[in-house]
Amino acid sequence: MIELLLEEQCTGCNACVTACPTDVFEAVPGAPPRIARVEDCQTCFMCELYCTADALYVSPDAEGRTPVEPAALLASGLLGQFRRHSGWHEWQGHYPNEHWRMDAIFRLARGG
Amino acid sequence: MRSVAPGLALRRDVLVIGGGMAGAWAAAEAARQGASVVLAEKGYCGTSGVTATAGPGHWWVPPEGRRAAIAARNEAALGLADPQWMERVLEETWRSLPGLARHYDFPRDEKGQVQYRALRGPEYMRALRAQAEELGVLILDHCPALELLAEENGRVGGARGLCRQDADAPWQVEAGATVLATGGTAFLSGLLGARNNTGDGYLMGAEAGAQLSGLEFTGIYTVAPARSTMTRSMSYAFATYYDADGHEIVVPPGPDNTATLARALLAGPVTCSLHRMPEAVRARLHLVSPNVMLPFVRWGIDPFRDRFPVTLHTDGTIRGTGGLRIVDAECGTGIPGLFAAGDAASRELIAGAISGGGAQNSAWALSSGLWAGRGAARFARGWRPGARLRGLGQAGLRPLRAVRPVEIEAARATVLGEMQPYDKNFFRTQAGLRRSRAVLDTAWGELRDHALPGHGGRERLRAREAAALLATARWSVTAALARAESRGLHRLEDIPRIVPDFAHRLLVDGIDTIRVTPDHVPALPETAA
Repeated sequence: MIELLLEEQCTGCNACVTACPTDVFEAVPGAPPRIARVEDCQTCFMCELYCTADALYVSPDAEGRTPVEPAALLASGLLGQFRRHSGWHEWQGHYPNEHWRMDAIFRLARGG
Repeated sequence: MRSVAPGLALRRDVLVIGGGMAGAWAAAEAARQGASVVLAEKGYCGTSGVTATAGPGHWWVPPEGRRAAIAARNEAALGLADPQWMERVLEETWRSLPGLARHYDFPRDEKGQVQYRALRGPEYMRALRAQAEELGVLILDHCPALELLAEENGRVGGARGLCRQDADAPWQVEAGATVLATGGTAFLSGLLGARNNTGDGYLMGAEAGAQLSGLEFTGIYTVAPARSTMTRSMSYAFATYYDADGHEIVVPPGPDNTATLARALLAGPVTCSLHRMPEAVRARLHLVSPNVMLPFVRWGIDPFRDRFPVTLHTDGTIRGTGGLRIVDAECGTGIPGLFAAGDAASRELIAGAISGGGAQNSAWALSSGLWAGRGAARFARGWRPGARLRGLGQAGLRPLRAVRPVEIEAARATVLGEMQPYDKNFFRTQAGLRRSRAVLDTAWGELRDHALPGHGGRERLRAREAAALLATARWSVTAALARAESRGLHRLEDIPRIVPDFAHRLLVDGIDTIRVTPDHVPALPETAA
């Protein structure tokens, strides 16, 4: 579930408010959006992909809350990892889309 | 960001409900045919639904390989598929997918060959949104539909819903034709990206009089790290599983491997290790599927060395097979003005009694989307707005008896409680199905009779979702009871074998009183490629 919106990183663009498929965020005039409905979070990580400021952190635990420390998180290198590996925005061209390898990987698993 | 005015009222030739893969293809195609199109999506068209979080690889067969591919799939489909529809789907996918190159950067392999078959979900949905917008489709994000509208003569003439990011203002679209592309439902399991998929289109279609088919084929599950939603299955092709004592669980290769896991999970916790994944694959995994490693990295698990607990999430009708019955080549539902595409429609035509999961379902979402969009645009030609329309919504919107508080969250939990447990939905028994039916009937009756959530749009949406979930679960259990055999994704412990008398599809219709009838009629009477 979404655990943190780092207000100091947030640019207030509200892209997460729009992109979240389950409407978890709420825009706040003149301030960063707030996580208004954490219980509706489906742990899909999509908000992180759309956050160019890398200000969001989704914990993999879909069944309960996981307290996280903003400072530790900033130091962890986990923020923005999904967006980076996906080659979105400024990372375009740095991490090629090799999804097409899927077939060969399945063949490999089958021993073919 | 789009902001819509309170009380939005629109007239368009075509309304598409649902902005996942099928809906986005449908909307684009209807616009290409010259129709004015509006697409209403519960969440955000681009992230909502099960495509965005996945990596859809299409059923992608060059013309020279199709005869063999179709023969193999038809054999696997256990008598319920239609080779003619397989041929149509393969041809439409082959012809149409490369056209997305304007919006999707199809990569090249080492030999310089453009790779079309398998796309990354977030980029695919971003491209489909861009394509629809370029063609002039008006996209209403965060605008769930609550009910269909119909004329006195039964023709479906649009829908209404609410704008949940605009103070829950109502929206109404009067349309010449409507496409249901609302996806399937995983019954609120942890399946990745499936939370918005609550079977809304099944209920709305049935309220308009449409039939459903294949709802018994929902006994299907996908593995994920315990407590996570990461149902990305590729890595598990290299999995080794262990029981609570640390002994390796012998998993037979092939489609039955989740059955072995489900049995093991009924006996106790199961752990997994991915140590058999070759180094070369590990090193590129983040470039193949960037979300797969997220849970492991964030939990500090090394899945190639550590043993981590796993679970199975039900796929319901998403990787299961049933949905609205398709009655013609343009994906009509048999109700004038109402079309269905993607997982909202039954995929038995190409998958039969087994899963179309992965390749077939993606190709189906694409091609059924195109056909439904084309069919809707054609149906809407010469359409004149202004007919008197009435809302068709029942349970959750128009209670039959005195309004009183109904525990909507409890109703939703009831659905998950009957459709997720392996000993209820995976390994079925007739007695167990009858018990499930009774539990679901009680919750359904309460909701239908008494629920009318107050003024909050969110509560109304929750209630409607609960109604759709309950209706779909009741259809599934009822169809399962009617199929007194085991076939494909329907496994009856009492009768663990195929009974030749059941080599036909099962149609369900009715919402309160559910009728199950055999479908012996060929679904596609004439050639229409």
